[in-house]
Amino acid sequence: MNDLILIRKNLFRRKLRAILMMVSILIAFAIFGVLASFERAFNAGQDRATPDRLVVTNKISFTQPLPISYYNRVAAVDGVAQITHFSWFGGYYQEPRNFLVAFAVDPENWMKLRDSDFVFSPEARAAFIRERTGVLVGARMMEKWGWKVGDHIPISSNIWSQKNRSHAWDFIIVGSFSARIPQADTNVMLMGYDYFNETRSFGKDLISWLSLRTTSVAANERVTNAIDGMFANSPYETTTDSEKAFNKAFAAQLGNIALIVELVVGAAFVTILMIVGNTMVMTVRERTREIGVLKTLGFSGGRILRMVLGESILLALLGGLPGLGVALLLITRVRDSLMSFVPTLSLYPDIAAAAVGLMVVFGIITGLVPALNAMRLNIVTALGRS
Amino acid sequence: MLSPTDPMIDIVDLCKRFTKGKETITIFDGLNLAIPRGDFVAVMGPSGSGKTTLLNLLGGIDRSDAGGIEVAGERLDRLSESELSRWRASHIGFIFQFYNLMPMLTAAQNVELPLLLTRLGRKERRQRVETALGVVGLADRVKHYPKEMSGGQQQRVAIARAIVSDPALLLCDEPTGDLDRATADEVLSILQVLNRDLGKTIVMVTHDPAAAQYAKRSLHLDKGHFIEKELAA
Ligand SMILES: Nc1ncnc2c1ncn2[C@@H]1O[C@H](COP(=O)(O)OP(=O)(O)OP(=O)(O)O)[C@@H](O)[C@H]1O
Ligand SMILES: [Mg+2]
Repeated sequence: MNDLILIRKNLFRRKLRAILMMVSILIAFAIFGVLASFERAFNAGQDRATPDRLVVTNKISFTQPLPISYYNRVAAVDGVAQITHFSWFGGYYQEPRNFLVAFAVDPENWMKLRDSDFVFSPEARAAFIRERTGVLVGARMMEKWGWKVGDHIPISSNIWSQKNRSHAWDFIIVGSFSARIPQADTNVMLMGYDYFNETRSFGKDLISWLSLRTTSVAANERVTNAIDGMFANSPYETTTDSEKAFNKAFAAQLGNIALIVELVVGAAFVTILMIVGNTMVMTVRERTREIGVLKTLGFSGGRILRMVLGESILLALLGGLPGLGVALLLITRVRDSLMSFVPTLSLYPDIAAAAVGLMVVFGIITGLVPALNAMRLNIVTALGRS
Repeated sequence: MLSPTDPMIDIVDLCKRFTKGKETITIFDGLNLAIPRGDFVAVMGPSGSGKTTLLNLLGGIDRSDAGGIEVAGERLDRLSESELSRWRASHIGFIFQFYNLMPMLTAAQNVELPLLLTRLGRKERRQRVETALGVVGLADRVKHYPKEMSGGQQQRVAIARAIVSDPALLLCDEPTGDLDRATADEVLSILQVLNRDLGKTIVMVTHDPAAAQYAKRSLHLDKGHFIEKELAA
């Protein structure tokens, strides 16, 4: 026998109670694991952003359009090094639930701007510029749908329709590209704006936003003021912001929900913490006499403190580690269906490590009060009058 | 440092008071007591006379208010809490009226508890546990849990736990108070063997005159003072 066996035997002397506490801790850490992974995925866009990139959107909201004429006017602003425009396609493949991240862009300038994130082969680059009905598809999206270069694929839009009333466009995959840096997500499709703009039945000559790179970070503020000043008091006023801020706004719709979920989960976490803490206090109080006996035998206060803390930490780990396993299972299950929304969703090792750290903290918090009580317990009082 | 003729217990002018709120109860006011090594003393006396309090003081789990208390060559009134704790582990074996075994541990694990405080290896610990359980006649109950044993058997496990680390002094507080006559006699015979054959000094509190017969002598505690009665050994 050793202290660990003693701790384990103490923990499981009331099996049902121990199991109920473990299940509640399991749930808390399963939710924590899932939530932390989602939050990481939402924030990945902001971390990916580079400081010299700015995004010009409609001042009302980034979901409101801008005229294509802004493209050349902004490109002419002093301090703008590279620029492209984006139009949100709202695409899906075959069925609406097969949602695709797809944009209509100016092919040549888009590839120039994203050259630091993606690797474009010379053939793909040339073909995308040349073929009007061609689309460029990222490696991950190719893999997901089992597409090959040269495939003809019908892509539908839940926003746009063609002049012939059809919601589906026929595209040819003219090339693919891979990520140059790990944070760059290749689950994306790009099409030429010219073809898109000519064939759509409404919204002509409008774009969603502009993305540009300044000559240096130092020029950001001047460029921002120049652009927003240029379009002030026009029907389409603009807001120019860093890409980081833009990504944040983009994720905000989901992010706000995440905040609410986090608050609810935080409250649940605190509740479980209090329930387990209270149960630990009761558990140890029930053992008052036994602790008195252990002290009589010569167990020091410090050793008894460590034993009670060991018990609450063991409890947290026995509940928390399976909880993390459940989180991993859940995330693996939903990852594929949510790939388009949260491409980098995964239970990263550092999140798991943080969760384990949190378990230890949870164990210490729930065990501290009973452990201190046990340590300070007076033997004569504990043994009682017999 | 110690010679065999040094007393096991030497109490000089011991004072002990309990304060509860504004009230102060004086249990001992100038108590004197000497018990030689190898003695087996029964302590009797009316309820509330301070018998348990005396054992607690002798075992270093309670502190005196004044006077000197020397047990097994150590001045207990001069030791800190942690020193007392360490001293208890190696010098004192406690036996309680209600056995006080850990319910989730087997007989062998209960007996092994005090050895967790020593540097002994696993093998040696098991050997000692077997020996101690053999002494109390429970070698065949190693894997039994307290709830699977009778009161007498549980008390014998408690005796094994008290002697496993080979302390010189056993302090027993009404060890047969919860047992029937026949079972009590078994337990008392074991204590007698421990005293006579293994040389343990024993101080046993009891209300039962028949139990006191097993001791070499008995002391009567009343109103904070001893009245001695020698018994035929
Ligand atoms: N922790 C304490 N606080 C206050 N008073 C106490 C405490 N412990 C003991 N006493 C008082 O000290 C006196 C002696 O108690 P003790 O338990 O030593 O008696 P006892 O001789 O063992 O009695 P019994 O035969 O009933 O076990 C009693 O009056 C008791 O009320
Ligand atoms: Mg008593």
